Amino acid sequence: MSLLRRRKGSESDKDSNTTRDSKPIEDEDSKTEKARREKTKKSKWGCVDSCCWLVGCICSLWWILLFLYNALPASIPQYVTEAITGPLPDPPGVKLYKEGLRVKHPVVFVPGIVTGGLELWEGHNCAEGLFRKRLWGGTFGEVYKRPLCWVEHLSLDNETGLDPPGIRVRPVSGLVAADYFAPGYFVWAVLIANLARLGYEEKTMYMAAYDWRISFQNTEVRDQTMSRIKSNIELMVKTNGKKVVVIPHSMGTLYFLHFMKWVEAPAPMGGGGGPDWCDKHIKAVLNIGAPFLGVPKAVAGIFSAEAKDIAVARAFAPVVLDNDIFGFQTLQHMMRMTRTWDSTMSMIPKGGETIWGTLDWSPEDGYACSSKKQKNNDTKAVQQKDQRSQGLLAKSVNYGRIISFGKAVAEAHSSKIERTNFKDAIMVNNLANTTCKDVWTEYNEMGIGAIRAVADHKVYTAGSVLDLLNFVAPKLMTRGSAHFSYGIADNLDDPKYEHYKYWSNPLETKLPNAPDMEIYSMYGVGIPTERAYVYKLSPPFECYIPFQIDNSADGENEDSCLSGGVYTVDGDETIPALSAGFMSAKGWRGKTRFNPSGIRTYIREYNHAPPANLLEGRGTQSGAHVDIMGNFALIEDILRVAAGATGEELGRDRVFSNIFKWSEKINLKL
Amino acid sequence: MGSILRFRKLCYVEPVKISSLLNKKSYEPTKTSSETKDEIGGVPNVDNVFDKECKKRKTKRQSREWRCVDNCCWVIGYLCTTWWLLMFMYNCLPVTLPGFQVPESPGVRLKREGLTALHPVVLVPGIVTGGLELWEGKPCADGLFRKRLWGGSFSELFKRPLCWLEHLSLDSETGLDPEGIRVRAIPGLVAADYFAPGYFVWAVLIENLARIGYEGKNMHMASYDWRISFQNTELRDQALSRLKAKIELMYITNGYKKVVVVPHSMGSIYFLHFLKWVESPPPMGGGGGPGWFAKHIKAVMNIGPTFLGVPKAVSNYFSAEAKDIANIRAMAPGLLDSDIFGFQTLKHSLRVSRTWDTIGSLIPKGGETIWGNLDWSPEEGCNCDWAKKRHQYPSSSGNNSTNNNAKRDFRVEEPVKYGRMISFGKASQMPSSQLQSLDIKKLQRSSTSKNVSSTCGEIWSEYDEMTRESIKEVADNKAYTARTLLDLLSFVAPKMMRRVEAQFSHGLADNLDDPKYSHFKYWSNPLETKLPDAPDVEIYCLYGVGIPTERSYIYKLSTTEKCNSIPYRIDSSAEASQNGCHDGGVCMVDGDQSVPVLSAGFMCAKGWKGQTRFNPSGMPTYIREYQHKPPSSILEGRGTESGGHVAIMGNVALIEDVMRVAAGATGEEIGGDRIYSGILRMSERVNIQL
Repeated sequence: MSLLRRRKGSESDKDSNTTRDSKPIEDEDSKTEKARREKTKKSKWGCVDSCCWLVGCICSLWWILLFLYNALPASIPQYVTEAITGPLPDPPGVKLYKEGLRVKHPVVFVPGIVTGGLELWEGHNCAEGLFRKRLWGGTFGEVYKRPLCWVEHLSLDNETGLDPPGIRVRPVSGLVAADYFAPGYFVWAVLIANLARLGYEEKTMYMAAYDWRISFQNTEVRDQTMSRIKSNIELMVKTNGKKVVVIPHSMGTLYFLHFMKWVEAPAPMGGGGGPDWCDKHIKAVLNIGAPFLGVPKAVAGIFSAEAKDIAVARAFAPVVLDNDIFGFQTLQHMMRMTRTWDSTMSMIPKGGETIWGTLDWSPEDGYACSSKKQKNNDTKAVQQKDQRSQGLLAKSVNYGRIISFGKAVAEAHSSKIERTNFKDAIMVNNLANTTCKDVWTEYNEMGIGAIRAVADHKVYTAGSVLDLLNFVAPKLMTRGSAHFSYGIADNLDDPKYEHYKYWSNPLETKLPNAPDMEIYSMYGVGIPTERAYVYKLSPPFECYIPFQIDNSADGENEDSCLSGGVYTVDGDETIPALSAGFMSAKGWRGKTRFNPSGIRTYIREYNHAPPANLLEGRGTQSGAHVDIMGNFALIEDILRVAAGATGEELGRDRVFSNIFKWSEKINLKL
Repeated sequence: MGSILRFRKLCYVEPVKISSLLNKKSYEPTKTSSETKDEIGGVPNVDNVFDKECKKRKTKRQSREWRCVDNCCWVIGYLCTTWWLLMFMYNCLPVTLPGFQVPESPGVRLKREGLTALHPVVLVPGIVTGGLELWEGKPCADGLFRKRLWGGSFSELFKRPLCWLEHLSLDSETGLDPEGIRVRAIPGLVAADYFAPGYFVWAVLIENLARIGYEGKNMHMASYDWRISFQNTELRDQALSRLKAKIELMYITNGYKKVVVVPHSMGSIYFLHFLKWVESPPPMGGGGGPGWFAKHIKAVMNIGPTFLGVPKAVSNYFSAEAKDIANIRAMAPGLLDSDIFGFQTLKHSLRVSRTWDTIGSLIPKGGETIWGNLDWSPEEGCNCDWAKKRHQYPSSSGNNSTNNNAKRDFRVEEPVKYGRMISFGKASQMPSSQLQSLDIKKLQRSSTSKNVSSTCGEIWSEYDEMTRESIKEVADNKAYTARTLLDLLSFVAPKMMRRVEAQFSHGLADNLDDPKYSHFKYWSNPLETKLPDAPDVEIYCLYGVGIPTERSYIYKLSTTEKCNSIPYRIDSSAEASQNGCHDGGVCMVDGDQSVPVLSAGFMCAKGWKGQTRFNPSGMPTYIREYQHKPPSSILEGRGTESGGHVAIMGNVALIEDVMRVAAGATGEEIGGDRIYSGILRMSERVNIQL
């Protein structure tokens, strides 16, 4: 064929050769012929060829760079950074080692929610080959490969809150459980490295990893986690001859609070350690970013799976999950999964309206969000105070209304809001339930009328928000109320408070009798933190979550605390300062009914300063909820305590926020 | 091809034709390459096109020079793309191919039978297989904090070999950490599930146990730093205390179910040490009281136990030449032998492994009583043809009678003198009367050779302190038995043996009630300790048989006179004997490639069998041997019926036994003894007071 064509071409060539002024058409003809020929030649040689060539080039270049990178000494990146930013400060471990600090007290880490790794021990067929591989943490490779399978394995049984039949997902144990959440995203790793500088190693450090999906008491029932923590602490005290320093982070603080009650409680429900166990074994509890009184985010998480960046699965890849990239209802799947996790309920705001404010009042009243910007520029406390007093003049935000429907409602005075009682609305089993098939959330069981009724009630405070959740997620809350409690105790000596469901609520338990122990609340401040939400009804849509945060609700000016439907206050981006600091600032300070033995409490706040440049990574002065684990000041405090210092030697309280003022406003019997 | 030819024609012939045809235009060959042609308006298009065509060809030809790089890139690109495509397809495939039938794992089968997790399981890894990670290091180990130095991919060995060696060696005086270096055992199941990527150790067993319901709370890996002596793991890391606490905890949290312990290789004597430690009073022991063992342990299932030591450890100390385990060369022998780094790798590894006390725990124990003297050994007349024989009748090898028949056939031949653990040259065959006895103590370690060592740079081994004469004297037609071996070792490596002798003992107790035996150095020697009083605990010896295993060595003086070479080498030229017992200077017996049957099985077969002085309470012992069968195809990997020292951890029969015991079965229920080798006969010939 090509031969033929070519002959034809050459013939026409000859034609054109003989007749010099041949017609342009013929020229054209021969030209196209040539072009075609060239093309065939190119397509045989060119396209695949050049592709391969390109790939080859890139590959070899990559390898060369990789080789060079590997051949270079490991300290090069540091040199580069230092050349650009000036000499880095010594990491606290090195600095304190030079000061002469050495390993003294054994250290126990208690990781929080989400950051601990989970691995598969038994699964369904779809999870073949994943035995003892990380399902949670690490690269999350399986989320992308087999998303439905992954969701199935991470969900728990909707009735019991324990393993579904045929699936066993267990926490990773050891320091690796939570040193890095994902490659390069440290959680405890920096702290561990710094402790190691002082001489800490495996025998003096213990990561109390637990399955953060199930309720605290269930970790003991299913995995005997608390027995293991108890035995490990006892062993470390015995072999090292020193009391332990416990460092819980985030939800780990509640878990450890639960543990302290559990360990001293008598055997069937508790650990039977006797009434002086804590006194004998614990030197100090250093709570980092403690959600003692809960986080408003948890409400939004349960209500509409929309908490912005922690405590739910969307934390690690919000963009992917929001975009419905897989073509199915990711958000609903997530919601279904997270609603089977009991532990999210441990973080529902506790203490009701006394702590979190009523319709018209809240302890943070008068907080001016604009002050935050100045704070970054100059950290002088005096000026902040000025800023705050100015802020008082501004229109105050009704933080007490944790959920309100519509911005107008959020700002109106309470007397002007008409509310209807949603509880009378009837649950209607509508037919949408069947069309949604496996993507099932409890919203599908609610009728349109019920959904409207919820929206018509308009405003919810910390107290009524519980009723709301009970209404929209009855199953979850039934499970939750068996394991957690959110109230304030009137009489702590009431025998009912011996039940384990009260143990993780600091407002319904007494601290153990351990006068020598110290409790620290360490948390970041200076970042706007979610405190209250403006919701709207989402357009009626089958199989959809009927409520949504109203992204369009913004404040009038930049200084406003409202942005994207969320009211923010001071905090560490996840936990408002009130929740993290109140117990240490007031609830437990001195001898109170919550702290009968007068355990000393200290507040250590760390003002947030964003990383100066990209090279710093997540910064050494961050105050954000997880990034604070790399904060040098915090690490130094921890190291000093671990090496034997007391709170007095550390400098007692270190406060940047208004936590004392806010605490004072809370009218709580002590 | 035709078309290409035609193209040529178009390019080179036609223009000439044109120019000849069209005389009007002066056609210059130089101009063809110039760009000016285009400007000539009147020139017909055809001409232009031809020129362009030709130019293109030319540029292509010019580009030939850089085509080479080009081609390389192309090839790499091609390979990469295909690789990615294949990877992609591989990943897209379902995990289990429908056509490919994976043999059912014992876990699945036993689960169907109704077995569920009952007794908590403690795994005790052996030497070498446990991972080590760095906690504090010299500047050269920057960035390796909490990274695996031992195990995993060993990438650091290749990147910074000297630094790596420095961090893995211990202090040669104390046998503990050198100044400023802290290398620690990795805790948890990851410590020894895989030794290197794809090279399983415990992983298969763990996976099968998980099938019947085991998980983190009832399965524990008792990892310890296998470089330092057993008692030092307690002093430095409190490893024994932690193991004790762990076992107690598991006993309580799992509903007061006793623990099944599964030690492997050196782990078996480590656990023996633990047993004694835990019941001894506090300053030296764990203070668990005399009933601790009986209360907490259901069974001890020793896999490939090295109860009486391994001859390999000797050759390793002597010349760093053990073939495939227990020293650095294990994982990359080719590399280390070939001196690829341009320095004396072998010498380095000798120096490093001599700082590891634990290898001292593997030196043959029991002296001549167990391992034989110059003329006699328990294995005498053993059938060295086992490999071939067994392969033909893998099923019939179950009963002892056939074995005995086979052995009798070989009796005719001159028996191998296994008792001579190390012999030089002809001494391996000479009658004992002609052998000179050597009084090691008479020899002087000369200090004059110190200056020699200085020329040898930093690589220093204790051989450099010895004079040439004494080196010769040691070698001169001498043979050493398990007893005199110790003298030899303490002569050539005095520092190391001093450390080792403070931690381990290799003798045979006459009177076990002697109070000196309460010292910890005797605890890991089954011949110098009594088992604790626990008549209900079962002891299993599970090991592979059917693989030639190093038993004794024929040495020669190395020829090189270089200052820092190891003066002794295994004489690989030593003629192989007819029956295959000799091979390259090494005499072989039956075993699992690392541990001879005698060492693994003797205690269960005789030393502890019934009520003996080593086992006063009469714990039942069971021997379970697993006949080695190499994998039938490459697809099987390391095989499911292997008897190799480490590969046996993937042996289906062994896994099934372990699982049945863990799920509550007793030794009788799983079938009592199961013996393929001549262990009973060998043990019988060992004349030991019981």
